[in-house]
Amino acid sequence: MTEEIIIAGFGGQGVLSMGKILAYSGIMQDQEVSWMPSYGPEMRGGTANVTVILSDERISSPILNTFDTAIILNQQSMDKFEKSVKPGGMLIYDGNGIIRHPERKDISIFRIDAAEEAAKMENTKVFNMIVLGGYLKVKPIVKLENVIKGLKESLPERHHALLPMNEKAIKRGLEIVQKVHEVNR
Amino acid sequence: MKELKLLKGNEAISEAAIRAGADAYFGYPITPQSEILEYLMAEKPHERTGMVVLQAESEVAAINMVYGGAACGRKILTSSSSPGISLKQEGLSYIAGSELPCLVVNVVRGGPGLGTIQPSQSDYFQATKGGGHGDYRLIVLAPSSVQEMADFVKLGFDLAFKYRNPAMILTDGAIGQMMEKVWLEEQQPRMTEFPEWATTGKKPGKERRIVTSLDLDSAMQEKFNRKLQEKYRKMEENEVRFEEIDCEDAEYLLVAYGTSARICQKSVKIAREKGIKVGLLRPITLFPFPKNKIKEMAGKVKGILSVEMSAGQMVEDIRISVEGKVKVDHFGRMGGIIHSSEEIVTALEQKIIGG
Repeated sequence: MTEEIIIAGFGGQGVLSMGKILAYSGIMQDQEVSWMPSYGPEMRGGTANVTVILSDERISSPILNTFDTAIILNQQSMDKFEKSVKPGGMLIYDGNGIIRHPERKDISIFRIDAAEEAAKMENTKVFNMIVLGGYLKVKPIVKLENVIKGLKESLPERHHALLPMNEKAIKRGLEIVQKVHEVNR
Repeated sequence: MKELKLLKGNEAISEAAIRAGADAYFGYPITPQSEILEYLMAEKPHERTGMVVLQAESEVAAINMVYGGAACGRKILTSSSSPGISLKQEGLSYIAGSELPCLVVNVVRGGPGLGTIQPSQSDYFQATKGGGHGDYRLIVLAPSSVQEMADFVKLGFDLAFKYRNPAMILTDGAIGQMMEKVWLEEQQPRMTEFPEWATTGKKPGKERRIVTSLDLDSAMQEKFNRKLQEKYRKMEENEVRFEEIDCEDAEYLLVAYGTSARICQKSVKIAREKGIKVGLLRPITLFPFPKNKIKEMAGKVKGILSVEMSAGQMVEDIRISVEGKVKVDHFGRMGGIIHSSEEIVTALEQKIIGG
C-alpha cells in the first residue's frame, strides 16, 4: 500500500502539523513515511501545503505532481490541486470560503465542514484534527489508536493535556464527513 | 539502542552530530539550512555532551574557527548553503592544505550569486573539484534520505579523520526540509585522546607540532602535493560508494544523486510500466566518483542519462568514465525548480532512446 497525499490551505490552519501527525501515525504502524512541505517564498502570501506519503515499501520520490488524495482547505488550493488528483483518487475539502466547488467526475469527492464544527466546539485550533478525522473515515489507512499515539509523539509533553480534546475532534470528524459523490476505487 | 524519530533532514544532521561525539559546531544562518543551527541551539548539546555550538559573526569566521578546532584534533563541523559555502572556500583550502579533518555540510540552493532558496544541485563542480585554490579534493557524500543525512555525519567524520582531509555532505533544500523516519545511533562519547599531529600544547622534551599549509621551498611543496594526490588515489581505491537500483537487466541507465536519485526511482518505475528497461545508478560518494562502475555499465546499456538539478555538471564525470562507448546526455531543471519523475522519463525517451 502506498498513499500519496497533498494537504493544502492557509498558513495557520494546521496544514503542516496535520501532515506531521499523519506521518507519525504511519511510523506507529511500521510504515515508511515522508513529509515534504512547501517552504520559503511559496509560503509567503498565506498558502501552505505539504506532501505526505505513507507506504509499506521504500518511498521513491517525496516530491510529486499527482496524488491519491488531496485535502483542500481554501480556494487557492482548490484551484491549484483539484487537477492534481489521480483519476479514481479522492478529494476532501472544507466548504468554508469555497466559491468554486470541485467539478471533477472521475474522482471521489467528500466535504467536511470542519471550520463550522470547530466554531461550534468553541475551539478553532482543533480544526485540522476534525479534517483528519473526516479523511480517516473515508480512507482508514491508519488505525485511530495509532493516530492517537502519533499525536502524542508529535506534541511536546507540556501540551499532552490537549490530547483528549484532539481525540474528540478527530472522532467528530469521523461523524460529520459527507459524500458528494464516489467513484469505484 | 538505536532510537526512532521523525526529523527534518537538517535536524537529523544536528542530532547525529551530537550523537557522533562532535566537539563543536561553528556556523552562520542561511536558508535552507538554518534548522541545523536552530536545532543545536535548542538542544543545548553543551549540557548533553559538552559540545560547543556557536553562531559566528560570518561564514569566514566560522570556517576559521573550524580550522582552529580541527588543528587541535577535535571533531568539528560547520554548515551553510551555496553562497555561504563559497565564502568558506579559502578556509577549506587551508584546512585541506594543512591536512586536517572536519565536516562541512552544504544544503545547496539555486545559484549563481544569491540565487533562490529552493533546492538545486548546481554546486557539484565546486564540491567535487576542490572548490578553493590549489590541488586538493574534498571527500563528498551525497545523502538521498533523512536516514542518510544522519548516517553520513558519522561516516563523514570517520573518513575525514582516516584521511586527514575535510569531508563534505552535499545535499539540498528538499532533503534538508523534508521529514522522514530516522534511526539514530546511540550517543558516542567525545574523544579524550587526540591524534599525534594535534596541537594540544607542547610537552617538555617533545617536538613542537606545527599546523600549516605554507612551504616556501618549492621542492618541499611539490613533495607535499604528491603526498596529497596519493591520498586522493587511495580514496578512489577504497572509498567509492554507490547504490544500484534495477540495474541487472537495464538497457538504459539513469545516473542521479541526492534528491534527483529519489525522483529517478519513481521514473524507473514509470518507465518499466511502459516496457522500457531502465536502471538507476546512485553515486553516494561524488568524490571519489564511481567511475569504474559507470565504465562497466557503459558496456552493458544502450545509453546513459545524467539527471541533476543543474545545467549538467556530474554528466562530465560520467562522460569521462564512459570513454565514448555509449551515448550520454544530461537532463535537469535549474534555479530551484525540481524536475518531475514524468519529465525525466520523457527526457530519456527523447534524448537517449529516440535521439
